[in-house]
Amino acid sequence: MAGLRERGLAWLYTRPEARAWALLAPGGFWLLAFFLVPILIMLVYSFMPRGIYGGVEPGFTLEHYRRFFDPLYLEILQRTFAWSMACTLICLLLGYPVAYVIVRSGRWRTLLLFLVVLPFWTSFLVRTFAMIFLMRDTGLINNWMMKLGVIDEPMTLLYTPFAVMAGLVYGFLPFMILPIYASLEKLDHSLLEAAEVLGARPGARFRRVTLPLSMPGVVAGCLLVFIPALGSFLTADLLGGAKQVMIGNLVQNQFSSARNWPFGSAASFIVMALVLAAVMLYLRVKDRSPSGQPLG
Amino acid sequence: MDNVSFDIYRGEFFSILGPSGCGKTTTLRLLAGFEEPDEDGGQVKLLGQTVNKKRPYERQVAMVFQNYALFPHLSVERNVAFGLEQRKAPKAEIAEKVRRALEMVRLRPEVFSRRMPGQISGGQRQRVALARALVLEPAILLLDEPLGAIDLKLRKEMQLELKALNKQLGTTFVYVTHDQEEALTMSDRIAVMDNARVAQLGTPAEIYENPRTAFVAKFIGESNFFDGTAEPPAPSGARGQDGGTRPGEAPATRQVRMAEGRTFRVPEHSSLQEGKAVRIAVRPEWMDVTRPDAVPPGENALVGTIRDIIYLGETMHVIVTVPGSGDITVAVRNEGQLIKPLAWKRGEAAAVAWLPEDCQILEDE
Amino acid sequence: MSSRIPRWLILVAGAVYFFLHLPVLVLVVFSFNDSKFSVDWQGFTWQWYQRLLERPDILQGLKASLIVGLGATIISAILGTLLALALGRQRFRGRRAWEGFLYVPIVTPEIVVGISLLLLFALLKFPLGLATITVAHVAFCISFVVIVVLARIQGMDENLEEAAMILGADEITTFWKITVPQLWPGILSGALLAFTMSFDDFVITSFVSGPGSSTLPIVVYGMVRKNVEPSINAISTIILLVTAILIYLADRLARGK
Repeated sequence: MAGLRERGLAWLYTRPEARAWALLAPGGFWLLAFFLVPILIMLVYSFMPRGIYGGVEPGFTLEHYRRFFDPLYLEILQRTFAWSMACTLICLLLGYPVAYVIVRSGRWRTLLLFLVVLPFWTSFLVRTFAMIFLMRDTGLINNWMMKLGVIDEPMTLLYTPFAVMAGLVYGFLPFMILPIYASLEKLDHSLLEAAEVLGARPGARFRRVTLPLSMPGVVAGCLLVFIPALGSFLTADLLGGAKQVMIGNLVQNQFSSARNWPFGSAASFIVMALVLAAVMLYLRVKDRSPSGQPLG
Repeated sequence: MDNVSFDIYRGEFFSILGPSGCGKTTTLRLLAGFEEPDEDGGQVKLLGQTVNKKRPYERQVAMVFQNYALFPHLSVERNVAFGLEQRKAPKAEIAEKVRRALEMVRLRPEVFSRRMPGQISGGQRQRVALARALVLEPAILLLDEPLGAIDLKLRKEMQLELKALNKQLGTTFVYVTHDQEEALTMSDRIAVMDNARVAQLGTPAEIYENPRTAFVAKFIGESNFFDGTAEPPAPSGARGQDGGTRPGEAPATRQVRMAEGRTFRVPEHSSLQEGKAVRIAVRPEWMDVTRPDAVPPGENALVGTIRDIIYLGETMHVIVTVPGSGDITVAVRNEGQLIKPLAWKRGEAAAVAWLPEDCQILEDE
Repeated sequence: MSSRIPRWLILVAGAVYFFLHLPVLVLVVFSFNDSKFSVDWQGFTWQWYQRLLERPDILQGLKASLIVGLGATIISAILGTLLALALGRQRFRGRRAWEGFLYVPIVTPEIVVGISLLLLFALLKFPLGLATITVAHVAFCISFVVIVVLARIQGMDENLEEAAMILGADEITTFWKITVPQLWPGILSGALLAFTMSFDDFVITSFVSGPGSSTLPIVVYGMVRKNVEPSINAISTIILLVTAILIYLADRLARGK
């Protein structure tokens, strides 16, 4: 028994590659088998003709991808893109001030930070439902507006683009705040003091020192919002109803009522491609950071 | 590593000294077993045996790490006991040995045994690391810049303690440091390393007083450098410039001519061939500043201008600019500037003088 | 540093915080409202929570979520830790590629992960149920465990393992006596994170669950779609509470030791 252990160790010691691969194998296998391979299957399916019951038949076709040039589907793509961009922008405008305040908040910092991290981790489903609770016709907002006499009839808040946008921003705002906070936190205060001594007023100090140096966090935050927004499904599903369709909903549809798996696969692959493109862009921009701070 | 080969004697305090990146830590790690020589890279021998293929836990060495590497999740006593537990020593024996080890490094067991590494100071952690290594009664103890993070006064104390432990226990200490003063204070012998090779190996006196290369002369203490070309040897029996000494009594010297024609004399040496470039080092404390016309007979002298006088407390440094040789630093004992000030002023003409036998002829690197 | 934050900035930040937390606060408050349909406050009651206990679908869903959660957590904790050890301590060709690959599951939209797994199981004719859900959860939780444990490994003093070895412990002993205790808070933190994500997951689960294997989020989704009684608020509040506690613990562990 002792001999076996020593021999085993000696063997492992002389082969560093074997050691590494022994550790990588279990997790690596799982990811390969249950993440990579399924996506490859999805890719292959997207090129196969649709079968009778919604599955696939042997063959090769570009039909499913071609359908995306139909105005109907093109519109969905455009809408998804536009909404994701809009959401990112709004999150940036709302999130930056929050990050800034947290950094300067002294004793309150831990608490404020925790209050941002918490929504970050709680169930997306629950939070989306909370929005429904507020916005529906019999919901809280309408109720109070009517009580206050601001309106006579309930406003249609739910199932509108506004609802989806609100839901997206509400869902992804913490993803923007945290990277910007991380970036601002690393900011060297003596730089600001140096600028002040050189005659720069608060606005100029922000514009010329703080903002550029927080760019890595801004870029990371934008990406962390844009990417999941592109692929989002639940928000548009619960808050948007049948009219507000994002590409995620289109995909889901093909696997439930529409029963067109290959088309769904194609749509899904397009989402994946968009996301990867965004990541590639980020990696490219990352290396050209002017501030010297590592991005992300 | 380039061509490192040396022997360490049993029981001695052996230091490996050099600047960052010179390979000293790598050498230590080779001894410990964390690094291995390449196929034809040579051998590591401990206590006479070749241990190239042996893992660190198979070797009979102990080690103290630069940042102590105490196990944070174990108490002081469990830390010190770790090696003994690995050897499956009986519990009672372990407890006793741990107690003694802690006393040896002057940490009261009653107070410190139960504490966690996070609860004690840096200096105390250092001692625990030492105790952990020494409790195993190793033949060889490796120390990787153990005093680096400790403040000056405590460091000096610990240097003396380590030296005392070395003598008391008879354990061979192999000590890595970049602090030359530390090495000179503590070591029986020093290996000065530069760029993955050993520049010089010797006792502190040998290293300090007879540096062999310009690197060693510069790294240890301060040196002034002079360059020239060797002249033909004086005919036997002839007298030197000094005159007044009988041939056979004065050590033979050779004249070296500098670029602008001035000369100085160095001790005769077999490597000195006519026309060969010679570089010497002279330590500031072996030189003196004199009036240009008052150089003691027999000494080398070069005239220059006084550039600066620096007050260092124990000594005064007189910086003299000598044409062709740059700024020469001369260290003069400070006999009290308030009662017996130096006669020199900036801008004055002065000569730097030194005895020929104080020239250190440097090897090419 | 004396922070003189402009008044307007504080107001904006305050408004955003309000926006971030109001919906959930409202949700929680109204889970105690003694009225089935009205959004006016009618009094305090525990009835909606009691109702939950009477609903078999909720209890079943909770049971399913716990089973899946526990299974997925243990598996992804083990696999993730092994991966982190490989990436953090070993030198091998393709390490960069692996690091990159590990981030892909995090960026990939849940929709894509969900349907691709559905396709896999359909192809293999493997019945959808708790097993398939667990497999799916492990697939996306591994990366998170790796990130947390890897951070811990990189923050760990390498000398500790060397110190153990020179004191006579071989690689295996060093691993169990020194490395694992050091990593343990990180592993625990990663495990808690994995459990939280598994517990809360809806999208991926919805694709790979079968008729009898609805987890809690799936049940809640059904409730949101169909009937709108305050029981939804109640179960939502419970989910939030559980998540908050788990995240707090995970955070303390990752930071603390």
